[in-house]
Amino acid sequence: MISFNQVRKSYRGGHEALCELSFTVEPGEMVFITGRSGAGKSTLLKLIPAIERPTSGTVLVNGQNIGSMRRAAIPYLRRNLGLIFQDQKLLYDRSVFDNVMLPLAFTGHAHKDAARRARAALDKVGLLAREKANPITLSGGEQQRLCIARAVVNRPGILLADEPTASLDTTSAAEVVEMFRSFNQVGVTVLIATHDEALVQRLNPRVLALSQGRLEP
Amino acid sequence: MSTWLRQHWQTLSLTLKRLARNPLATLLNVTVIGVALALPLGGYMLLQNLGSVAHQVTTGNPQASLFLARDANKDDISALEARLKQIPGVRAPRFISRDEALEGLRQSENLSDVIAALRTNPLPDAFVFETDAGAAEVERLEAQLRSLPKVAHVQLDSTWVKRLESLLALGRMTVLILATLLACGLVAVTFNTIRLQIVTQKDEIEVSKLIGATDSFIRRPFFHLGLIQGGLGGVAALAIVYLCMQVLNHSIRQLAQLYGSDFKLNFFGLPDCLALLAFAAVLGWLGAYMSVSRHLSGIEPR
Repeated sequence: MISFNQVRKSYRGGHEALCELSFTVEPGEMVFITGRSGAGKSTLLKLIPAIERPTSGTVLVNGQNIGSMRRAAIPYLRRNLGLIFQDQKLLYDRSVFDNVMLPLAFTGHAHKDAARRARAALDKVGLLAREKANPITLSGGEQQRLCIARAVVNRPGILLADEPTASLDTTSAAEVVEMFRSFNQVGVTVLIATHDEALVQRLNPRVLALSQGRLEP
Repeated sequence: MSTWLRQHWQTLSLTLKRLARNPLATLLNVTVIGVALALPLGGYMLLQNLGSVAHQVTTGNPQASLFLARDANKDDISALEARLKQIPGVRAPRFISRDEALEGLRQSENLSDVIAALRTNPLPDAFVFETDAGAAEVERLEAQLRSLPKVAHVQLDSTWVKRLESLLALGRMTVLILATLLACGLVAVTFNTIRLQIVTQKDEIEVSKLIGATDSFIRRPFFHLGLIQGGLGGVAALAIVYLCMQVLNHSIRQLAQLYGSDFKLNFFGLPDCLALLAFAAVLGWLGAYMSVSRHLSGIEPR
């Protein structure tokens, strides 16, 4: 499903974010990517939805080569991915409900159908009662759950989350992680980047430990 | 197909909502475009009205006179009459002999004394006719008539028609230049409006790209905005010109009455109005297109 082979990513100015990175994530797996800040976790996650392209090596997602993918094909790749960003990227000019509706606007759903799906997603993350609120009025944990609702509303096969618990207290963090586990249990492949060692140790999942752009043995 | 239509419909209603949310900004933009378009449009309306007056006069009764040489005899005259009837552009030639012409002059009051003092008739025989030749053909016709045998002088009431025509042509050119310049202005106004809109929606555009919106989906609302804004500007321009025309017509009617005329300015027909709206909308779209091409590619998620 996701396969990295000898992937190197260097930025202009010579900074090498990833090098010689090879791993495979099978469908339905839940994988944690750990490492200190600057270890390359975010870069790794950005390669999968083609936000960044590899400098060399190949990144395969659902059999598609990210490095050689045409610009016009990228949106269709991203529709099968649920993305949860470190900086959340919620839109504060519209309601909670309309934030979740955004991904459905360009997939051609009829409004009624789209609204039903959006409410189902909000219900799953426990925010249905707040659908008319502005995201700015939500707590940190609620905002993170809103991001999850927006990521899953299109029922993607893969969920990518970059530091989803970074700004949350322990209880909210546990709730959010539990949510990822429940999506994983229904067959969604989940990749979570985190520096929260305690969280990882508690769950005992498969871990890809990054250090200075390389996988630790 | 139905998805495509639905997406366009959704975009359209979204765009209209956005315009309605900022009524003042929308009104100002539409006014700027409206005024810019109203200037050449008003000029075009005046020209059209003047042109139709000129057309009425030229097709009505521009007279032409053909004066014959002194030595023309009866055979020459009847030969000439036959020739005249065959020339296109010459309508109903009428022969006026020198005696008839003198008699006519004698009957006009202020010339009868002068005529009485003449011992011989100084007037030549003449043909009078109407011509339906357009401004372009008049010169050729004049040359053709002059080359006929026994013709001494040709007088066509065409000089002033030519003058009017060239004045109208000058006016048309002025309006065209004005229209071109202000069309550029309209494109620039739209370009800027769309740029501001893109800046305002930067976050939304970025998020949309990240979650799988195609470029055409992201561009679409801006094209709609440019199109609608241009179209509304066109409506404003028509309204401005119409109101100005009504005000002018009030004064024109008074003036025309003094000359015993019922002249008044006429507004454009439906096809002209629709053409203007389409033109304005296309210019708006063009401004949006240029702005979107210039500014949208700069917003790439990182």
